[in-house]
Amino acid sequence: MSLRPSRRAALGQLAAGSLAACAPSGRDGEVLRFWAMGREGEVVQSMMPAFERANPGVRVEVQQLPWSGAHAKLLTAFAGGGLPDLCQMGNTWLPEFTALGAVERLDARVAGSQVVRAADNFPGIWRTNVVDGGLYGIPWYVDSRLLFYRRDLLARAGYAAPPASWAQWLEAMTAIKRLVGPQNYAALLPLNEYEPLLTLALQQDDPLLRDRGGRGNFQSPGFKRALGFYAEIFRRGLAPAAADTQIGNLYDEFARGYFSFYISGPWNLGEFSRRLPADRQDIWMTAPMPGPAGPGAGIAGGSSLVVLKGSSKKAAAWRLIEHLSQVPAQTGFWTLTGDLPARRDAWAQPALGGDPRAAAFRAQLERAKAAPQAPEWERIATEMQLVAEQMVTKGMSVDAAAAEIDKRADALLEKHRWMLDHNRGAPA
Amino acid sequence: MRGQIGSQRAGWLFVAPAVAIIGVFFFVPVLAAFVLSLTDFDIYSLADLHNLRFVGLRNYVDLLVNPLFWQAVGNTLYFVGLGVPLSIAASLGAALLLDSRLVRFKPFFRTALFAPVVTTLVAVAVIWRYLLHARYGLINYALGEIGIGPIDWLGDPHWAMPAIVIFAVWKNFGYNMIIFVAGLQTIPQDLYEAARIDGASALRRFWHVTLPGLGPVILLVSLLTIAGYLQLFAEPYVMTQGGPGQATVSVLYFMYEQGFKWWNLGVASAVAFLLFVLMLGVTVLQLAIGRRGGGP
Repeated sequence: MSLRPSRRAALGQLAAGSLAACAPSGRDGEVLRFWAMGREGEVVQSMMPAFERANPGVRVEVQQLPWSGAHAKLLTAFAGGGLPDLCQMGNTWLPEFTALGAVERLDARVAGSQVVRAADNFPGIWRTNVVDGGLYGIPWYVDSRLLFYRRDLLARAGYAAPPASWAQWLEAMTAIKRLVGPQNYAALLPLNEYEPLLTLALQQDDPLLRDRGGRGNFQSPGFKRALGFYAEIFRRGLAPAAADTQIGNLYDEFARGYFSFYISGPWNLGEFSRRLPADRQDIWMTAPMPGPAGPGAGIAGGSSLVVLKGSSKKAAAWRLIEHLSQVPAQTGFWTLTGDLPARRDAWAQPALGGDPRAAAFRAQLERAKAAPQAPEWERIATEMQLVAEQMVTKGMSVDAAAAEIDKRADALLEKHRWMLDHNRGAPA
Repeated sequence: MRGQIGSQRAGWLFVAPAVAIIGVFFFVPVLAAFVLSLTDFDIYSLADLHNLRFVGLRNYVDLLVNPLFWQAVGNTLYFVGLGVPLSIAASLGAALLLDSRLVRFKPFFRTALFAPVVTTLVAVAVIWRYLLHARYGLINYALGEIGIGPIDWLGDPHWAMPAIVIFAVWKNFGYNMIIFVAGLQTIPQDLYEAARIDGASALRRFWHVTLPGLGPVILLVSLLTIAGYLQLFAEPYVMTQGGPGQATVSVLYFMYEQGFKWWNLGVASAVAFLLFVLMLGVTVLQLAIGRRGGGP
């Protein structure tokens, strides 16, 4: 109680009594440990003074983790009991850390919150935070993949508007390929990225895993349609069979017309405007993903904020999540990082809502769909892409590739099945 | 008799601390790791130890049919096959230069050439990433001056491993160089003089006097270097993260990914034992060749 005698003296005897009554924890200088990754971790530090002013007695210690080592670091911290009070977490990691029993369920806190409301979030993104019926994370910023395209080349090929369906897209790609000649291509779908194929697969109604997530469902008619469409793009020579590491400078190649369609995420909004010359800014545009019949679904990506179960300061951690979920904090964060805000009201501001290139993301995010919530999912998706790469480069048939992906997924899910069979859920 | 038993007991007493330390910090962990390699320890077991299953040799069998594991073995052998001869040649070359009577400021050069060994790997890796940069790197600039087109050292699957080899050789050659310098000083000068009187050229003196004189040292250095290079990890971890296209995934990097990225500690332990078998095999083979080659 005698930590800040000078302030106490200044406030006077009477005020001192009421101050002590106001601070229910009675602890001056509660330290909240907050882990955030990469650029976000750097930027979020500048937002802490505002929170600390609004919450006297709480001090936030932000630790920045590099993305490349973040996953391993979190697992190691869990094993060693060194997790922080709250943490940024890629929403594809949530099922894994929920299975570990590392993150706190947040349903009750949201029910009592004036700030965080499910209805204000993109439904697909919100769903990635719900594991086995419980809510474990609050979306912080969001991410999806869509089409970046050459507006001028598409117009020269005879199309005023971007394609909305697979059939239109294939037609437009064929026309562009005719226009740009044998040395160039219509699209770039890097063979080392699983996101383009996953986007096509999520546009189908068939789920990607079956038997309560215990087996792969990659031989379903829906996934085979997506895989067949993906294979067709390469078979017709519309996209080069290359990884993006073989492309050299992506932005130069895009400007040269080496490819006209590219499936990518929000960070490239900034990159394209920075890296393409100022007088050629009108050549690029974004469009929502074409689907099998009309605009299609996309990946529900992004990062959430979670409270760790082992924390002794959950109430303060939750207040920080609420603080970062407020509209000014969300728009401020977008200005500083370019990360798209999770809250729909934050999109109302003209700089973001009025930008047609960002608007495509807004439309795509409304149709975002969660990937399967198995802890093994990231490894399954990686295997899926390795097989798809073989299919494209070594001429494997679509049926054989689908069967192979199922085989690998089932092998990865073996322990998961055993857990389900023995009714061993996550420790609640 | 009694004296002998007493001295035996004294001997055991003297080695007891060392044996105890080796036992606690080496044999017990190795045994624990072996037991771990027979289980399927994963994140489910991390959450609740009751989810741990004993799986016998399944981890080993699965690894032996896993193409990525074999690619990691292939990458590691490629690194050893290219890196060890280059490393030993560089060390020997530098040692010969240092040993020459014509060289001045020997202590300075010895320190300068040894310096990479004692620098922090992560710090110099950052500098090397700049040197190897496809567009702004000094190495590509120098190659460009002699008319060789830009090489995407760390981005092209074919060049990533050679780039790692160059970096590793530069980082490590100083250590073996010191051993070679010591070895060269043990070769009697009389032999060189006799050879010179017989009219042997510098090359023949190197071939018939220096190399045989260094025989045991070369065997030792190659044993140590191969054992060290088989444990390639930090270089790809810092410079390429195993990419591009798995081209720089070494056995140890594979183990790290299994163990600490996916937390499959059972599989990771099995990888460790397979790497141990591989290293043991290579070393035994080397010793056999060394003996047949007329070594000591």
